[in-house]
Amino acid sequence: MTETVSHAPDDLTEFPMPRAARCPFDPPEALRARQTEATLSRVRIWDGSTPWLVTRHDQVRALLADPRVSSDVTRSGFPHISPGSKAGSEVRRSFINMDDPEHSRMRRMVTAPFAIRKMQALRPEVQRIADDLIDDLLAGPKPVDLVQAFALPVPSLVICALLGVPYADHGLFQRHTKVLVRRSSAPEDVSAASAALTDYLDALLAEKQAHPEEDLLSDIATRQVATGQLTRQQAARMGVLLLAAGHETTANMIALGTLALLRNPDQLDVLRAADDPKTVAAAVEELLRYLSIVHSGRRRVALEDITYAGVTIKAGDGIVLAGETANRDPEVFPDPDRLDLGRDARRHVAFGFGVHQCLGQPLARMELQVVYSTLYRRVPTLALATDIERLEFKHDGAIFGVYELPVTW
Amino acid sequence: MHVEVDQPKCVASGQCVLLAPDVFDQDDDGIVELLDADPSPEHHDDVRESAAVCPAAAIRLAPR
Ligand code: SF4
Repeated sequence: MTETVSHAPDDLTEFPMPRAARCPFDPPEALRARQTEATLSRVRIWDGSTPWLVTRHDQVRALLADPRVSSDVTRSGFPHISPGSKAGSEVRRSFINMDDPEHSRMRRMVTAPFAIRKMQALRPEVQRIADDLIDDLLAGPKPVDLVQAFALPVPSLVICALLGVPYADHGLFQRHTKVLVRRSSAPEDVSAASAALTDYLDALLAEKQAHPEEDLLSDIATRQVATGQLTRQQAARMGVLLLAAGHETTANMIALGTLALLRNPDQLDVLRAADDPKTVAAAVEELLRYLSIVHSGRRRVALEDITYAGVTIKAGDGIVLAGETANRDPEVFPDPDRLDLGRDARRHVAFGFGVHQCLGQPLARMELQVVYSTLYRRVPTLALATDIERLEFKHDGAIFGVYELPVTW
Repeated sequence: MHVEVDQPKCVASGQCVLLAPDVFDQDDDGIVELLDADPSPEHHDDVRESAAVCPAAAIRLAPR
């Protein structure tokens, strides 16, 4: 893949920019080039609109935390990720696409199960899930696709248990989630997939209302839906969000993280030798920084004129915040393109920043800590069973990763 | 060092609790609770880091 690097600040490069084949982990050169410019510049997205592009760590954090910047997908000027996400934005609307105070009211209904103490209580269960899957992996044929055999089932089993969704239905919701996260999905397919998922969650919520169990959907059904704080439709959309978010992100972190570690054997050794939770926790933060996963920019729209970094973002202007370059900002992370599990990477923005910062981050952290501290130790000879050049990367995904990761041991 | 938390702003990310569990806790909804408004010096670095990573600017520090 060739790249056109332009240095003219107002040159309207298409966003997202193509990534160089040379290193799938690095942000596109053209995007990095923007980072050296102090002022904000514009890009052109799929619908011809020209939102502002934000690439530096300080600027990304400041604007994501700015109350004059809106996450409301129904506002005009909002820079949608794809035709599909624009078409379905009204029906799919949940708290991630709303502003305060509505956002905060709805978000707080589902924060309880993600508290740190609850995560500690859930850790043995996640460890058991990971261990069982590794047992199966070791007992089965090789090579095997690590995505299907491990990276996807771990977060899927965990989020299903937490929400109270029967894992037996995973074929159905994983199929629809795939459509939702592909930028290339046709608008009508995105709408159909969201409708199918919402209907599925709606039926499940009805069942939970009648027969509540110990899970988050039962909580929502009996507390918020029964008392009229949420309609069942709203609750179902919230369920879709949690289910989809719980899948795509962590699964990609596991598969892509494994690939990154296999390419950096000295760093993989750090994890294999780690026998304290602090080293593992730091490694997780560094892999989150290095990989970022969300490579399509966090999308916002300005509510009023904001003068920032030498420009005036006008009310109604779209804003695209590139977390993957913020996480490679040399001002904050020296030698940023080096995967260094020993560095302090906590200030990364892989979970976003501001009031919309990822709700599931304590869960994601815990899952990744369990997985990274278990998989490479229990399968010490783990190796890629194909050439990296043959891997298909999710260049068209809202979340970056690999479609398949054939491994052997 | 004197610490204040702004609970209405907190988005329950849990980062302060991970970094400085002797100073911050979470209530049943995951919202920050301050355990120690005047932490001893050995906690100062972790508290400063908590304020820096708090996505919602819900932690305020004042010298004392
Ligand atoms: S870091 Fe901030 S947002 Fe997160 S739990 Fe602590 S106070 Fe709340």
